[in-house]
Amino acid sequence: MRETAGERWGRRIVLTLLTLFVVIPLYVMVTSAAKPLQDVQNGFTWWPSRPTLQPFVDMWSTVPLARYLVNSLVVSSVAAVCSVAVAIFAAFAVSRYRFRGRGLFSVTVLSTQMFPGILFLLPLFLIYVNLGNATGIELYASRTGLVITYLTFSLPFSIWMLVGYFDSIPRGLDEAAQVDGAGPLRILFRVILPAAVPGVVAVTVYAFMTAWGEVLFASVMTDEGSRTLAVGLQGYSTQFNVYWNQIMAASLVVSVPVVAGFLALQRYFVAGLTAGAVK
Amino acid sequence: MATSTTAPGARPDRRDPGAATAAPAPARRPRRPRRSLLPYLLLVPAVVLELAIHVIPMVVGVWMSLLELTQFHIRDWSTAPFIGLENYKATLDFNSVAGRELLHSFWVTLVYTLLSVGLAWLLGIAGAVVLQRPFRGRAILRALFLTPYALPVYTAVITWSFLLQRDTGLVNHVLVDQLGLLDDKPFWLIGDNSFWSLLIVSVWRSWPFAFLCLMAGLQNVPDELYEAAAIDGAGFWWRLRSVTLPMLRPVNLVLLLVLFLWTFNDFNTPYVLFGGSAPAQADLISIHIYRSSFKTWDFGSGSAMSVALLLFLLVVSAGYLLITNRRRDHA
Repeated sequence: MRETAGERWGRRIVLTLLTLFVVIPLYVMVTSAAKPLQDVQNGFTWWPSRPTLQPFVDMWSTVPLARYLVNSLVVSSVAAVCSVAVAIFAAFAVSRYRFRGRGLFSVTVLSTQMFPGILFLLPLFLIYVNLGNATGIELYASRTGLVITYLTFSLPFSIWMLVGYFDSIPRGLDEAAQVDGAGPLRILFRVILPAAVPGVVAVTVYAFMTAWGEVLFASVMTDEGSRTLAVGLQGYSTQFNVYWNQIMAASLVVSVPVVAGFLALQRYFVAGLTAGAVK
Repeated sequence: MATSTTAPGARPDRRDPGAATAAPAPARRPRRPRRSLLPYLLLVPAVVLELAIHVIPMVVGVWMSLLELTQFHIRDWSTAPFIGLENYKATLDFNSVAGRELLHSFWVTLVYTLLSVGLAWLLGIAGAVVLQRPFRGRAILRALFLTPYALPVYTAVITWSFLLQRDTGLVNHVLVDQLGLLDDKPFWLIGDNSFWSLLIVSVWRSWPFAFLCLMAGLQNVPDELYEAAAIDGAGFWWRLRSVTLPMLRPVNLVLLLVLFLWTFNDFNTPYVLFGGSAPAQADLISIHIYRSSFKTWDFGSGSAMSVALLLFLLVVSAGYLLITNRRRDHA
């Protein structure tokens, strides 16, 4: 099928506009991270007057960035691993068994994903505070509370994607293992999981990203000690000076790992989306 | 979505075509009865977490909306008196100041959502169509287009707030200093402009998701359809209308609803863009409820507003699903 000249030019124009729209903020983030402070305090410049890596050094002392980073790393990693572990068992049940309540479970879990976060915020805040007062279990302003909260945020979509991956693994494999005398858990761990490794990795990255980027609960459920990056990065602008170069440097450091992880695994996200959407 | 059967207990699904070809229809083996509990056991952790963090808080939220849960009762909510629907009457009374503000916030959110979803979809379909056929550099552009979605929300929005600063931002630098389109540098993060700023940032963040879904949907369109259309002499727009869009219909149905709900409930973008408080012109409903709850510590009326919001979204979603399903049946 030949492309007409009009189509070719149309495509080029659309590509250029979309690229500009996407790239300009990214460009500003990267170049501003290499600017000395006076560059970002006066009018905007397209290029640093004197490129420097000083913002990447200073950003650690302006706000306690290292603490925020550790908090975010711990909370997001633990939440991601737990979320995927829980999702694997649930997805195995949904993919391989027909049981009463299967449809109800799938619909309920997915629909909670669509509810406004603010709906859960006030009750959870109250539950955490009152539970702490009554029993001494510290969930409010603790990393444990955040982990539990975040892992349920990624759970619905993780289950959904994993069901898609598991469904795509031929049941003949299960049955062959069954003939050899393998029980259900053995089938899950020895047959299905090894075949679904890319999917499991993609879902783990997704769960990590969800926790890494969450703002609403982080803004209410943390104190100075348990503060995560989502809230901590705003500390740069409450200072007397707004250190935009340091903010951009910190943003870059915080973004690069998750963006790289996402882009490396994008193929599997698309596969997971289509696998889920076909049903 | 697969339908759940009414078979008692559990048995492995044997209707899968892949299984049939891989292992030619083995005779149904009798199952030991303890197996029937297994799927439920596997679901226990997920169900417990969903109950603890989603279902129970939702029920508690409804209960809270019926209490006079002001700052005096928050540390020990058992002391809060039951007041029935008073919170709803007070917050949804559109003659009062609070009620008018809520209604205003609702309209702002609705307009914002419709514009944002529409634009995100348009950019998404444009990107997916121009990247449909292979060419040099396609993989790089696809990765680039997905980057805004992969960025943590707060870094993306903080970067935008830097671009939109009045004196040090790129936007005013380009518009005023370089192009000379405006004489005076406008404020983008307060006043009327704040709505448009919020909209642009939101579209920048959400269009890659539409792009990702539509791209995945386009992979399922067989090339023969385009070839047949080309033989019939169909031009670009005709092919788009008669092949691409109809084939994307199932994806669009879900995508538009998901985008609508996510955008309507969006809290992160305004919260980070405006530094914790939104100007009236960009006062989205989530941030409105958040601010009025934590400003007055009146969690009772905050919960009432949240529940009202949930009911609205449920009605809209149900209506949407009903209408789209009926259309499909008639098609």
